[in-house]
Formats: sequence, structure tokens, C-alpha cells
Amino acid sequence: MPAARPVTWPSLFSALMYAFMYFPIIVLGVYSFNDSRYSASWEGFSLRWYKSLFSDRRLLSALQDSLTIAIVAVSISAVLGTLMAVGLARYRFRGRGLYRGVSYLPLIVPDIAIAVATLVFLASVAIPLSLGTIIAAHMVFCLAYIAVVVSSRLQQLDPNLEEAALDLGATPTQALLKVLIPQLAPGIIAGCLLAFVLSMDDLLISSFTAGGGANPLPIEIFSRVRTGVKPDINALSVVLILGSALLAGLAEYVRYWGDRRQRQAQ
Amino acid sequence: MAQTVQATAVAPTTETQPDVELRQVLKTFGAEVAVRQLDLRVQPGEFFSILGPSGCGKTTILRMIAGFESPTAGEVLIQGANVSRVPAHRRPVNTVFQSYALFDHMTVRDNIAFGLKIRRMGSAQVRDRVAEALRLVRMEPMANRYPAQLSGGQQQRVALARALVNHPAVMLLDEPLGALDQKLRKQMQVELANLHRQLGITFIMVTHDQEEALSLSSRIAVMNNGQIEQVGTPSDIYDRPHTPFVADFIGDTNLFPGRVDRVYPAQVQVTTESGLRVLAPAMTPAASPLQNIVVSVRPEKINLSLSAPGSEGNCYQGQVSHLMYLGTHLHCVVRLSSGEALTVRQPNRAEGALAVDTPVYVHWAAADCLVLDAA
Repeated sequence: MPAARPVTWPSLFSALMYAFMYFPIIVLGVYSFNDSRYSASWEGFSLRWYKSLFSDRRLLSALQDSLTIAIVAVSISAVLGTLMAVGLARYRFRGRGLYRGVSYLPLIVPDIAIAVATLVFLASVAIPLSLGTIIAAHMVFCLAYIAVVVSSRLQQLDPNLEEAALDLGATPTQALLKVLIPQLAPGIIAGCLLAFVLSMDDLLISSFTAGGGANPLPIEIFSRVRTGVKPDINALSVVLILGSALLAGLAEYVRYWGDRRQRQAQ
Repeated sequence: MAQTVQATAVAPTTETQPDVELRQVLKTFGAEVAVRQLDLRVQPGEFFSILGPSGCGKTTILRMIAGFESPTAGEVLIQGANVSRVPAHRRPVNTVFQSYALFDHMTVRDNIAFGLKIRRMGSAQVRDRVAEALRLVRMEPMANRYPAQLSGGQQQRVALARALVNHPAVMLLDEPLGALDQKLRKQMQVELANLHRQLGITFIMVTHDQEEALSLSSRIAVMNNGQIEQVGTPSDIYDRPHTPFVADFIGDTNLFPGRVDRVYPAQVQVTTESGLRVLAPAMTPAASPLQNIVVSVRPEKINLSLSAPGSEGNCYQGQVSHLMYLGTHLHCVVRLSSGEALTVRQPNRAEGALAVDTPVYVHWAAADCLVLDAA
């Protein structure tokens, strides 16, 4: 048995910080297994809330809406965001600095401002709200996140890579597809995963741009908890946390793996 | 007719047609002039170096030959064809980058095969050509590794193989050995020279390392400020520099700017501003009195002695003001009584205890000086 290490102030402080951040989530997790209608008291272990969760059609259809929005918005943003990052890094044109600043603005502008602006804009040009309008609104921030992650990877790359491909006879398109995109892949994947999680998570922008037909998961959850937190929402939250953590972990790993490959190359 | 011994990769050229020619090439970046009105002819099979300090425009020239930059004015010709407006991927040249620019996501073999596959060569032929290139750079055992798993020297070899596998008309090398340490660099210099001999194609190398240029090149262009100061063989450049810049940039030298005040049949006497009189060989065309010229003398041509020498020529008294021990040589700075500081390089012999402030005589024959036009 190793000797118990003495409790130091930094370790105590860290423990308190972690408790502060994660204790509520642990409580939530524990109560999702509570065999009781109300969260107040512990009535024994049960998986019934998970069962009722997966048989709740309304919830599943909300999940489907959310996945559709996230997948479509992220896919389109992946292509546009990558091209944007490459274009901003590789080409010199008038107003490049301004364009670069403006394209990363959605990272700073509060979501509520984006949400209101989008709603006002859609109303003024008389576009009816739908799943499509949510996707368009989500693309605004997905694009910015993907572009920022891809351009940070681009800065680590050898600036001569494309020229080397051209020099070997590749057309500019071939150089992009066969050399630059594969080298950027870790950045693109990491950016997509990040954007995906943010899109799945978004309540504010969705609720301003959702029409009658579309009902993504965060809106559904929010509307349910207004009438009191049911244990099946606890269960859903646990599932969402695990899913998000998995994706975020994957994004970090992909980025780390890309960075390491890059570092080794130097 | 076929006196080019290594005819393997040399495209049919007439003797007078250069492989690469630049005609009145001008390149500006905004208000900045990188290359001004430059003419250059590189003959087939040459190992041609472009040498100069950083920012002199040498890399811009290479990039214009490769097609990454297009000249603002003037023409770039490769084997007689004007390629000024031809994009990089359609030029018969290949580049070795200073940073190597290897494709990290491909194995060594795929890196080398890239150019051939892009040109849709049959897979059997690709295999043979890649194998040949791997053998040339002695990287056969590493074919299936990724660039990240290779050392700097090995990455350099892959970069070379990736270029030469395409059998280009001209190989362009941008500071190819700049990222390697001293010992590896010497070794790769020998390999570059061997490769050039085996392939028989034209190499154009950009470097700021004068020793590298002198030891590898058949001809060297010394550049300064976007212009070529002198083109010649290594011994032309070192022993017969045309301008004070070349004399100073290639190796160390001592320059005495002054005015011709006596003209003898075989010598001229030059007086510097400080009043120092220096004897130098006569110039062709003969110097006229009062002409402004620069006399250059290499540090290794100067002799150092503690007692007055009996020899004729240039002899001055001075004091050692700085002493550096360089292993094989002693590098001294001698301050003359007239004020000039002279750099002297002495073989490291045991005799003669030199120290800072030792009074010494410096002397050299007039024939060891060079006379240059004042810039």
C-alpha cells in the first residue's frame, strides 16, 4: 500500500472546483435512475425513465429534427468553412483583412443578437420559418467555428505544400483535393465535431427561427421542464451529456493526433 | 554530335540553346523591386548556382523559373520555349524546396510516385521509376515509411527523389541543404554532386552559402539588390571578382578604396583617403591617374611578421587588435598606424607568440592584390 499523500491546499481547491462544476450533473445522473415520479426522494434503482424515453415518439422526432439540422448545417459549413479558411490564407485581395474579421464575428456576437437579427431578416423578406431556416441560421455559427479551426491548422502547414503539388504537375484543383484537403483533414473533422455539438445544443437561435413544423430537441426539452422536471428529462440529459462528451473527446483526440503528426514532421 | 556523355535525361538541344534563359526580367511586388532587368543563360547540363545575401532576389528568380511567380516584364524561356505565361504544373521543371514540402499523409513511395501518377503513367512504369529514384537517393529501405518517421537528411533525399523521378529538363533547388546540420550538409553536398553527374540534367541551385556554391557549381551568379553582379566559374568569382561586392561577399577580403596616383609599367600605386599607399597590379585598360578604384586583398594572401621583412611590395606596421583562434587558422585584425583595420588569416603554426597589442608587420606582394572598379 502506498502511503496516503497529505492533503495540500491546491489539491483541496481543485477538488472543490470540480465538485462545484460537476456535482449537479452527478446528482442529475443519479436521479435519472430513481424509481420515483418526483425527484425529491430516492425510491430505489430503476431504468424505467430510460425505457419511457426511448418509447416517447415526440421526443424521438425532436431528436430526429435536431440531428437533421446538425448534420445538414455542419456538412454544408464544412465545405464552405474549409474553402473560406483556404481562400483567406492563400489569396490576396482587396478587403481581405476586413473579410477575415467579419467572417469570425459570429464567434463573438451573442447568440441572442444572431437569433433576433435572423428572425427580423426572415420576416422582412417574408421567408416562412421551417427546418430550413433553422439550418440556415445554424450555418452562420457552424461556418465560423469550422473556418477558425481549419485556419489554425492551415497556419501550421508548410506554405510550400500546394506549390510542391503544382510543381509535380497537379492542377490547382488536384493540389487542393489530393494534398491540401488530406493535410487539413484533422482540422476539418475537429471543427465539424465542435460545430455539431454546438448545433445539437442550441436553444436560442433555434427557438427564434423554428416554424410550426420543426421542433428540435432543446426546444422540446425546454417546453417540458417549464411544467416541472420529469425524471425522463433527467435520463435524456444523461444521454445527451454522454453523447456530447463522446463527440468533444473525439474532436480533441483528432486534433491532438493531427498536431502530433505535424510536430513529428518538423 | 553526342558529346554530352550523360544523355539519359537531356532533351535534344542544340549547343547554343540554353536550357533556361531569362531575358530582361523585371519583378516587382507592389513598390518593391525584387529583380531588375535581369539576363541569365543556363546551359544544358550545368550545375548553376545563384548566390547572394537574403533578400537579393535569388529565390524570386527560382520561383519565376518554376512558375510560382510570373515576371512583371521580360521573358522566361525553358529549352527555347517562352513559358512566361505557362502555369507551374505545365513546366518541365521540378523543385526541391528548402522546407522539403513533403506530403505527410503519404508514404515515401507515394510521395515519389505523386508526379508520375498525376501524369497518368502506367502502374508498372511508375513502380520502376520510383524504384530507380529510391535507389539513386539510397532510400529503398524507407519506402513504406511516412515523412514524419524520417530524419532531416532522409526527408531531404525523399524531396530530391520526388523531383528527379519525373526526369525534369531542369532541377530547381531552393537552399536544398539549408535545414541540415553542418556535417550532414557536407555529406549531402557530395551526394548532390554525384546525382548531378549521374543524371546529367541541368541543376539550378539557390543558396546563400558561398562555400556550398563554390564547391558544387560549374558556374555561379552572384546577386545583390535584384541584379547579377557577376557570372562565372567558382575560380572566376573567387580569384577574379569584378566588383567590390563580389570580392567581399565571396570569402573575406580587405578593400582599399582610393585613387590612382602613379602608373608604372606593371603596377599602379593607389592612395587611400587616410594616405595609405598600396601597390597593385596594372589594370587593363590601363588606369589613368586620379581614377577612383578599389584594391582588394584576401586575408590569406597577407603575411604577418614580428620583424621588418626585406621583401618588396606592400609593407605596413601595425598592432594586433583582435585575435580569434579557428583551429586550422588564426584570424587576426591588425590596426595599421594609418588607421585601417586589416583582416589577416594565418596558418596555425606553433611559432611566433601573437597577442593583442603585439606590434607586427603586414606585407604582401602587389600581384596578390586585385583592382576593382569603384562601385
